[in-house]
Amino acid sequence: MTDTTSGNIIKQGLWTNNQALVALLGLCPLLAVSSTAINGLGLGVATMVTLVLTNMIVSSIRHWIKTEIRIPMFVIIIACVVTAIELLMSAHFHDLYLILGIFVPLIVTNCAIIGRAEAFASKNRFLHSTLDGLMMGLGFTVILVILGAVREVLGYGTVFRHADLMLGEWAGQLSVTVLSDYQGLLFAILPPGAFMGLAVLIALKNKIDRIQMARQVSVESVGVTFESKN
Amino acid sequence: MSNPAGSSPFIPSSSSVTKVMMTVVLALLPGIVLYIWLFGWGILTNLILTTTFALLFEWLMLLIRDRPVKEFLFDGSAIVTALLLGLTLPTLVPWWIPVLGAFFAIVVAKHLYGGLGYNTFNPAMAAYAVLLISFPLEMSLWSAPLVSQPETLGLLESVQYSFTGSLPTGLEFDALTSATMLDHVRTEVGLGKAVDTIEQADVFGYVGAAGFEWVNAAFLLGGLWLVYKKIISWHIPVMLMASLALISGACFLIDGSQFINPLIHLFSGATMLGAFFIATDPVTAPTTSLGRIIYAAGIGLLIYIIRIWGGYPDGVAFAVLLIGLTVPLLDYYTAPKVYGARAKYEKS
Repeated sequence: MTDTTSGNIIKQGLWTNNQALVALLGLCPLLAVSSTAINGLGLGVATMVTLVLTNMIVSSIRHWIKTEIRIPMFVIIIACVVTAIELLMSAHFHDLYLILGIFVPLIVTNCAIIGRAEAFASKNRFLHSTLDGLMMGLGFTVILVILGAVREVLGYGTVFRHADLMLGEWAGQLSVTVLSDYQGLLFAILPPGAFMGLAVLIALKNKIDRIQMARQVSVESVGVTFESKN
Repeated sequence: MSNPAGSSPFIPSSSSVTKVMMTVVLALLPGIVLYIWLFGWGILTNLILTTTFALLFEWLMLLIRDRPVKEFLFDGSAIVTALLLGLTLPTLVPWWIPVLGAFFAIVVAKHLYGGLGYNTFNPAMAAYAVLLISFPLEMSLWSAPLVSQPETLGLLESVQYSFTGSLPTGLEFDALTSATMLDHVRTEVGLGKAVDTIEQADVFGYVGAAGFEWVNAAFLLGGLWLVYKKIISWHIPVMLMASLALISGACFLIDGSQFINPLIHLFSGATMLGAFFIATDPVTAPTTSLGRIIYAAGIGLLIYIIRIWGGYPDGVAFAVLLIGLTVPLLDYYTAPKVYGARAKYEKS
């Protein structure tokens, strides 16, 4: 990654190097907790905060970390951050914390986080690393929420059920019943539904990329003929 | 210079996909007719729904994937998939179950994996598994055989039930359905009863499950005809039945009060349909003889394990899907030696 302008960092995180769709990192929590949109949002935000904090810390002490022991250092930093976030979630979003269960402490093992620390934060400036953490986390969160919403609609016929667990009492009315009188496709809630849903999302992303590439090529060729006529 | 004869081999081809598939459909017919005769018109409604929608989805997918529609749409593979799926469904289900099954079989399990010849899993069984885990209630309401239950729905009444979910007045759902023999045995043995005390129940037939034994016998006949016509090889059906008979026979000999005899296992549920028509799917079964033998033995064993210790109506679908995962491995390790090949570590 040579191009470290802010615009490119944002684009990399959200699209070209999306941790869930392209790098395929952190699939375990992605597949396990994306059964509803709110579960996905909860874990996504927790992961995003972790990514921002670890990227900030790693980047700011990058000159003092010896290359030979960088991995254990990263792990200790990530473990500390995740422990703090876990305790905070337990204190403030206890019901959501109970639903997400083991997957909150397991953010420690999310390869996306140590991947960003190793590939980006340990080599780049503080602000860029912070932005990278935010964008990578945001890209991951967006996919988690979309996958969660799709599975929730197919499985329960609703979107944003249990929103009050995360956002407080007022959010209880956020829950939208998309398909009323719907008995639910259990398949979408079960693990195979997560795999199939993610596969469809990846296929969609590749399709969009291909369409864009085809458009770019045609635009370029038009440009060439235009120039050659002149 | 033109070569009108094309290239070698110059042997008249007697088998195209269409011909093979149509022979399979013919072989299924006696079983289908008996099924309707013994269990009522519901199964016909399911078969028509799965076939219609399988062809519809096949047509759509061929259009989307830009494949020649004319050659592939009526090559019969979609029809066979649809028939197999329809035959595994319970006779009385709402209309959207066969439609969803056809969608999953054709669109997901077949075309998303690359179409006929590339699908890793048997499309009909993949669709059945999805339906069974998604709608356990609808998928386990089995019609009682007409020998033990005289009341039945006419053709129009089953169509009406399929689309509106309403039964004719005066007819209760409980009067039409019953536990299947396999369910019955699992429940009763689970309650601690000995097998010989429950074998008097009317879900048992002469040798297998009431009604289903005849359907199984018809599929056995159709399957034998397929073997005779060299559409399928004997390895898979014979080994599947042998392994199922062996394991159930061993358990029966060890404790006859806990386990039913092997003959009942062979002539109940989807055994014969699975042995001759589902496990022999040319795309998802191994290609070598030894591979086929191991594959079929594994399926027979798993069918028994799922039937006895599992919680599902029958084990054929899951057994075929699970053993299907090992097919690439089986093909790899059982590939015959090429003529002239050297031993592995021999130095030249």
